[in-house]
Amino acid sequence: MGTAQLTLIGALAWRMNQLGVKKAKKFRTLAEENRINISLQPPARGLIYDRSGNLLALNRQVYTIQMVREQTNDPQAVLNRLAQLIPLSDTKITDILKEMLSRRAFIPVTVATGLEWEHIAAVSVNAPSLPGITPKLGLNRQYPVGPDFAHIIGYVGPVSDYDLAQVNDKDPLLLIPRFQIGKNGVEAKAEKTLRGKAGTKMIEVNSVGRVMRELDDQPGTPGANLQLTVAHELQRFATERMQGESSAAVVMDVNNGDILALASAPTFDPNKFINGISVADWKALNENDYRPLANKTVQGAYPPGSTFKMVVALAALTLGVTNIQEEVNCPGHKDINGRKFHCWRRGGHGKVNLRKALRYSCDVYFYEMSLRVGIEKITETANALGLGIKHDLPLPAIHSGLMPTKKWKQRNKKEDWYIGDTANAGIGQGFVLASPLQLAIMTARLASGSQIEPRIINMFDDKQTKIKGISPLSFDPAHLDIIRTGMYDVSNHPRGTAYSSRLKSTEKIAGKTGTSQVRFISKTERKNGVTKNEDLPWKRRDHALFVGYAPYKNPRYSISVIVEHGGAGSRKAAPIARDIMQKALSLGQNSYGPIHNRKRSKLDNLKRKPT
Amino acid sequence: MSILINAYQNVPTGFRKVLYFHWPLALLLTAVSCIGFLMLFSVSGGNFDQWAKPQIIRFCIGFVAMIIIGFTPISIWRNISIPTYIISLALLLYVEYFGVTGKGAQRWIDLGFIKLQPSELMKIALVMVIALYYDWLDSEKISKPLWLFPPLLLTALPMALILNQPDLGTAILLGSGAAVVMLLAGVSLWYFLAGVSTIFGLIYFVIWSKGTNFQILKNYQYRRIETFLDPSSDPLGSGYHITQSKIALGSGGFSGRGYMQGTQSRLNFLPEKHTDFIFTTLAEEFGFVGGITLLTLYIMIILCCYLTAMQNHNRFGALLTLGVAATFFFYFCVNMLMVMGLAPIVGVPLPLVSYGGSAMLVLLGAFGLVQSAHIHRTR
Repeated sequence: MGTAQLTLIGALAWRMNQLGVKKAKKFRTLAEENRINISLQPPARGLIYDRSGNLLALNRQVYTIQMVREQTNDPQAVLNRLAQLIPLSDTKITDILKEMLSRRAFIPVTVATGLEWEHIAAVSVNAPSLPGITPKLGLNRQYPVGPDFAHIIGYVGPVSDYDLAQVNDKDPLLLIPRFQIGKNGVEAKAEKTLRGKAGTKMIEVNSVGRVMRELDDQPGTPGANLQLTVAHELQRFATERMQGESSAAVVMDVNNGDILALASAPTFDPNKFINGISVADWKALNENDYRPLANKTVQGAYPPGSTFKMVVALAALTLGVTNIQEEVNCPGHKDINGRKFHCWRRGGHGKVNLRKALRYSCDVYFYEMSLRVGIEKITETANALGLGIKHDLPLPAIHSGLMPTKKWKQRNKKEDWYIGDTANAGIGQGFVLASPLQLAIMTARLASGSQIEPRIINMFDDKQTKIKGISPLSFDPAHLDIIRTGMYDVSNHPRGTAYSSRLKSTEKIAGKTGTSQVRFISKTERKNGVTKNEDLPWKRRDHALFVGYAPYKNPRYSISVIVEHGGAGSRKAAPIARDIMQKALSLGQNSYGPIHNRKRSKLDNLKRKPT
Repeated sequence: MSILINAYQNVPTGFRKVLYFHWPLALLLTAVSCIGFLMLFSVSGGNFDQWAKPQIIRFCIGFVAMIIIGFTPISIWRNISIPTYIISLALLLYVEYFGVTGKGAQRWIDLGFIKLQPSELMKIALVMVIALYYDWLDSEKISKPLWLFPPLLLTALPMALILNQPDLGTAILLGSGAAVVMLLAGVSLWYFLAGVSTIFGLIYFVIWSKGTNFQILKNYQYRRIETFLDPSSDPLGSGYHITQSKIALGSGGFSGRGYMQGTQSRLNFLPEKHTDFIFTTLAEEFGFVGGITLLTLYIMIILCCYLTAMQNHNRFGALLTLGVAATFFFYFCVNMLMVMGLAPIVGVPLPLVSYGGSAMLVLLGAFGLVQSAHIHRTR
């Protein structure tokens, strides 16, 4: 009898020891899992500033109204009263009531989202007559300068299943419904740094899930604030100057590669995308011939036309196949293998040397030079000037342009390289393609003689991004000077192609116009007189281009402008470029303005934490 | 010896009884009850009025009752054993038809101030009547098979009624208590071995009968047995109780999470936290140390009973004391085994600690009988 009892008591003690001491850790964990619910606190997204410290992307406080059924006797009446203060339809009220009844009485149900401060103020004032109603604060992205930076900053949007499938990102934040992530532009490319780290809120719940108390509240780390190199004043000016055209302009600092403007027209309002764009708006943007959604500065690739002639000239000088004095006769055309290659001026330019050839943009001269240099050397020189190379900018779908080689044609066109292809390349036509960004880089390199690389993000918080490659180019500085004098003439010689678009101040602009064909002009058409550009349908008109830099002495900025199907570069692109350049020069020293770093934002967040 | 006797040999009288009262036992009972008050206060989340206060009031009533019962001569209790048994049986029959239904079982008579569970009363009445039987029976007849039938019948009647409620836990406790008294009275061990094997046979039969036309237990009882064998099979349903109970016990660790800091009970993860599962809260908040302390107190109560029974030459008093001790032992043993996942959940409260009026009063009354046997023992 006693033995039996002792055995039982022994068993009890053994079990107590086993559960409470040996496996204590495991059971402790299980108990904690039982009671603690962790909810994620989305961090504030990093702010985006322009060069002088103007806010370009910020987080607007938006309010959500939630209702807890158990705190009121008559939810219907409360909702009816609420409907007098905020927009709330009867059907919505019915839905909310249904949802509340299907859940436990203490679960908050969202009544309205995206409310403005005025609504919340009204609700707060009437709080005593609205039992169970609580406003909750959330953050929504906003782009105060809207369209000006649509192509650079891009936009955020609610995370989609497609996004989740695309990115290999295990951040639990992405699982928050309608969490905003960067979808385009810098917002997308700098997503990881802008997003920040999730905060966690630990709450203790009881067995049916009622919140008992808050155990811990880590507000999370806001994303890094970001400063662009772009100057808003200039960007806005460029965007407005190009209004009505399908056009792109890039302004760059020739000394360090900072991009001061990267404008693509027409543009769009990125704010429309934040909470999902409507079908009608999307259709309007997508079906527009002027492609407002495309960032033409980096995504567009165009035949550079005459703006490419500096490359050929530099290649010829470098190879020594010509010199500054040599003159080439231009009778208006050149016969190559029995085919006539025309100069843009039907009567020809007569005898032209390199400087004059650039000044008048004589095609025959460059046909001749391209044949002497050969396509491989042209491409080599173009690459050294930044053409045909994909530049590293935090922007989507950057086009690498195209600088053809014989091998390239074999591989892609399954055809041999013809001598005529070289002649066409000599005037920036044929297979040659370049983006406005590349043309601006080319001009900047010609102007500065150093191998600058583009840069569009100045700093994250207080960490400056690296300025890449300011090593000198491998070209003979004397050769570069010859090219520069040619470019000077284009804008400042009374017979230069861009003379009418010169800068009249002491600071001179040096440039080069370009008019690139997008159609083939047949023999018969040429005989009957080439159809005037204005008479062609828009899509078949020539592209107008201009590249340049200023001031001629001590260059600071390079610019490239392309007006899609705009006609002659001298008439369409050069005036735009001149105006933008004038604006850029008027900005003065244009040094960087201060921005808040995120430690400061964290403080702000704490301060405005709702009580 | 006759059924009724009236003997006052060598016993203290008047206020001298106070000196002969078994004070250590009373102290131990108070200590265990105090642990109960503390835990009830804790599981109610600091609400004194909810459970702790009524429990303290009942303890006080019960304690006074214990003193009164203890001062009453044991011979009187011996003499009213049979009426007590008959009344208890009648009450059991009454609840069969008019009882208050709670949690799928007919158990209570609502007397207004207390919900009386006749099955609790029967535990003591049965021990009393069997002790009386063996006190009366000649010692040479004890192991004769024929003389086994009266006590078996006395046990089987209430057991059947309680099983029918259905309250398996109480029925088992009742049977075990009676069996221990019979064993201690001198019934041959072989009968018990036979009995135990029969019971195991029965258990097999009960399990086997599931799903047939003559299924013996209710479905929920089968589920409890199944989940006892494998709690993880149904973590949100029947297994929930035992899983949460083990989590609470285990999370206490060696020294516990601190008084009123047990999350499992405070946040309602524990079922029946103030009654059957109160031990888990104790273990959660006071850990292994707390659990062992309570167990030690229980063992000391049992030991007190054994010691006084051994000194007692009054056969009825000794048997009664041992019977009460055994019932008490089974009480806490089954409860602890159950909450620690070593026995199926059969609904047995932790004696003196779990919230419950009948159990508290009946237990203190029973220890009053032990006191009476102690004071009026034949020296």
